[in-house]
This record gives sequence, structure tokens and C-alpha cells, in this order.
Amino acid sequence: MKKRAALPYIVWMLVFTIVPMIMVVYFAFTTKEGAFTLENLIQVKEYAGTFWESIELGAVSTLICLLFGYPMAAIMARSKAHVQRTLVLLCMMPMWMNFLLRTYAWMTILENNGLFNSFLQLIGLPKLQMINTSGAIVLGMVYNFLPFMIIPIYTVMVKLDTRLVEAAQDLGCNWLGVFRRVILPLSVPGIISGITMVFVPAASTFIISKLLGGGTMLIGDIIELQITGGANNLNLGAAMSLVLMIIVLITMMVMNVFGDRESEVALV
Amino acid sequence: MKLLSRIYTVLMFVFLYAPIVVLIVFSFNESKSRSMFTGFTLKWYAELFRDDVILNALANTAIVAVISALLATVIGTAAAVGIHAMNNKLKNVMMTINNIPMVNPEIVTGVSLSLLFVFGIQLLQKLGVDASLNMVTLVIAHVTFNIPYVLLSVYPKLRQMNPHSYEAALDLGCTPLQAVYKVILPEIMPGVITGCIMAFTLSLDDFVISYFTSGPTSQTLPLVIYAMTKKRISPKINALSALLFATVLILLLIVNIRQMRDSSKNEPKKERSFAS
Repeated sequence: MKKRAALPYIVWMLVFTIVPMIMVVYFAFTTKEGAFTLENLIQVKEYAGTFWESIELGAVSTLICLLFGYPMAAIMARSKAHVQRTLVLLCMMPMWMNFLLRTYAWMTILENNGLFNSFLQLIGLPKLQMINTSGAIVLGMVYNFLPFMIIPIYTVMVKLDTRLVEAAQDLGCNWLGVFRRVILPLSVPGIISGITMVFVPAASTFIISKLLGGGTMLIGDIIELQITGGANNLNLGAAMSLVLMIIVLITMMVMNVFGDRESEVALV
Repeated sequence: MKLLSRIYTVLMFVFLYAPIVVLIVFSFNESKSRSMFTGFTLKWYAELFRDDVILNALANTAIVAVISALLATVIGTAAAVGIHAMNNKLKNVMMTINNIPMVNPEIVTGVSLSLLFVFGIQLLQKLGVDASLNMVTLVIAHVTFNIPYVLLSVYPKLRQMNPHSYEAALDLGCTPLQAVYKVILPEIMPGVITGCIMAFTLSLDDFVISYFTSGPTSQTLPLVIYAMTKKRISPKINALSALLFATVLILLLIVNIRQMRDSSKNEPKKERSFAS
């Protein structure tokens, strides 16, 4: 009886989630006229370099987010309750501002005549070329997605049973041992979801590279070019989306397998 | 150690807030320069409120956010009630489907909906009906990415609920519909409201999916901002950022003060913070 309440949802998800996914597959395997073809997928191979660059930049950003986000999450989890609340809020607040505006702000700072270079000149250092480099893209990704790394790790760490840490200390572990054998393994689930939450949007972004990377095109940009941009090749765009989807799926499966194994180890 | 973590925290927040501070400071800058502060002015704010494109986009954004949040809340809440009553196998299928829009890269969701709409529009045009990407397609897209978040915020509340209270209501003479309204709905209300607010803010802020599913008549604020960053940049954009940031700040403060008051009123009941 109650089950029927889910009917509008089922219909909606079918029409606007499942069918569009089928559309992606259909468009990827057909020509403009609707005949079956593998041409689109073969053509995607020409963009292998772009795909690789996106994955690379996404991975580098994810790693930097992890390196800087983990200590932050740990500090937050160990603070007093009311401080924790404020810190979480402070971490989330930049995310509530449109990401285009945030990225645009970095443009202002990194430009050749921007704030940072003015500052360098002021203290007598030579100007640096920062905007339109892949470093700027990575910075933009790290800035935009860092909270997605901090929050999941924090959520796991705050639930961590402090008695386990005390037990490890009582049993003779030093500071590093406690971290390596207790805290790190127990925070793996947070790390895993942090990595996926940063890597997926970072590797598939299509604006950050445009604004901060000058002419650099990443997967997102070339897909956009096919769908709404000048190229207007929906079929190729669909094929690229399909490949991107598969890459993300594989990444998540790998992360899940890794996560399961790690948490088993942690339980043993 | 304590000092070290303090310094680290401060540096982290300097990194997170520096660009926002820069944007806000330069919204008061007399000249168009983006590196030299030449004098205080409010003229960019005045210009902002005379810009029809921006005001129009603001209206569109609000309309789409309200409609899509409400629709998503109704569909998502009903779905949570329905799925809660299903057996485990069906539940798993539903939850997997629910995860698709959440784990898919945004751009793929945008492209897939865009393909669906293009296909549909071509079909309609063959039938002689004039159709294009407009507010309707935009609202559909927003409802689609909002529903999963509503479902995920309502569903846990249903699981926490005592399953027998619904049956008790039926035994005491409620019709099933009455039982849902009088017993289940009040119980899951916090989840429904959280889900609705979440849907509203997600919709306000969405750029990627809107980019692929809106037409020239349905430009939202993020889309206009994007157009502005492509052209010669006016400090109006800074003024806009400052206003948006102030709005978010005030909203978050209200939500948090309310939560704090609630939690101090009924101390043992732990309410989950919306922001976390």
C-alpha cells in the first residue's frame, strides 16, 4: 500500500535518469543520421592525451587535498565541541559561494598584473607567470574541492573511539605508531570518500581549466565543445561522456575494493 | 603541538578566505583596476541593481530553485516512505538508482539530460509542435539532481521511527492516508525540511547541469556570471559576489542560531546540524 508512494519517483528516475543514460549510449554508437557506428568511440582515442591530462591533474589535486586536508580534519576532530561546530561551518562556507566566483577571484590574484605579482614587486622580487599554467589549474581544483576532502575525513575521525588510542599508548605505541596503526587505518573510509568526492569533480571539471589554464582543454572542455560549443557533434560528445563515465566507475570500484580490504585489516 | 595546529588552522582559513576577501574589498574600488585600490565607492552596487540581465537572472534563479526544491521534496519524501515499505531487494535497486545522479560527474548528467531534451525536441518538431530548451527543461533537470538528496535526508528519519506507531494509528481508526499525515509526516519533518533547504541551495548554485539544459530565455545567475567572466570583466561581478556571500552568511547564521537554541531547549535530543 505505502509502496505506491514511490511511484512518481520511479517514473521520474526512469524517464530523467535511466533513459538519459541510455541516450548517451545510443548517441555514442550512432551517426548523425542514426545508423550504428563505432566511429565515435574510435575518434575518442584522438583525445587520449586530453583524457590523460585531466586524470593526471585531477589525481595531483586529489593528492594535495589529501595531504593538506587530512591534518586539518584531524585538528578539527580533536577540538572542543563548540569550536568544532565553528570550524566545520568555516570550512563549508566558501563552498556556498558560487564556484565560478571563487575561481574568478583566483584569476584576480594570479594574473600577471594581479595582486600576488604586485606584492612580489613591492618586496623587490621578479614577477612570476602563474595564470595560464597547469599549476594554476591544480590550485583552482584544490581550492574548490578541498572541503570535500576535509569534511568526510573529519566525520569519520570525530567518531573514532579515543579509548583505542589510549589502549595503543598503554601498550607501548609511540606517537607515530598510534597514528600509523590506529588512527590512519580507522580513518580509511573517510579518506576513500574524500578521494572520490574530490577526484570525480576535479577530473571532469570544465570551467576551472578555461579560466585559470588559458588555452588548456580538459575532458570537460572538449565534451562541452561537442555539445553546446562550436563543434556541435552530439555523437562524439556522447561517446566522450561514456568513456568519462566508465573511467569514473572504474576509479570508484578500485577505491571500494581498496576500502573494503583496508577496513578488514583494521578490524583484524 | 597545540600552537602548531593553531597556525595550521589559521593558514588553512587564510587560503580558503583570501580570494573571497579580495573579491569583496575590490567591489568597493573606485577604478576598474583589479590590483590597485584607488578609492572607496558604492557605484558598482548601484550599477548592479540597474542591470536588467542580472535582475532577470536573479528572478529566474529564484523561480527555478523554489519550484524544483518543492517538487523534489514532494517526490523525494513520498519515495522515501514508499521505499521504506519495500523488501530489501527492491530497496537496494532503488538506492542504486538513487546514487546514479550523485556519483556521476555533473557534466555527464548535464550531457545526458541535454541529449534527452534534444531528442524530445526533435520528436516534437517532427509532430509540428514548437519546442526548445526553456524554463521547463531547466526545472526538470534541477528536480532530477535534487530528488536523490531529499530522499537521502528523509530516509534515515523513517528508519529511526518506531514502525508500530503507523500500525497503531491504523488500529485506532486512521485511514492509511491519515496515518501518513498524522503520524509519519510529523516524525520525519526535520529530514523533509533539511532535504528541501539542501535542494534549494543546490539549485541556486548549480552551474554545470544548468549550462546544458537551459535556453536563452532561462538564464540563471550562475550562467550570467559565467558569461560575465568570458567578456571584459566589470567590478559589478565583485559587488554581486559580496552580496551573495553576505546573504549566505546571514542565512547560515540564522540556521545555526536556531539550531543552538533548539538544542539548548531540549538538551538530551541531539539534532544533526544542517551544515555538517
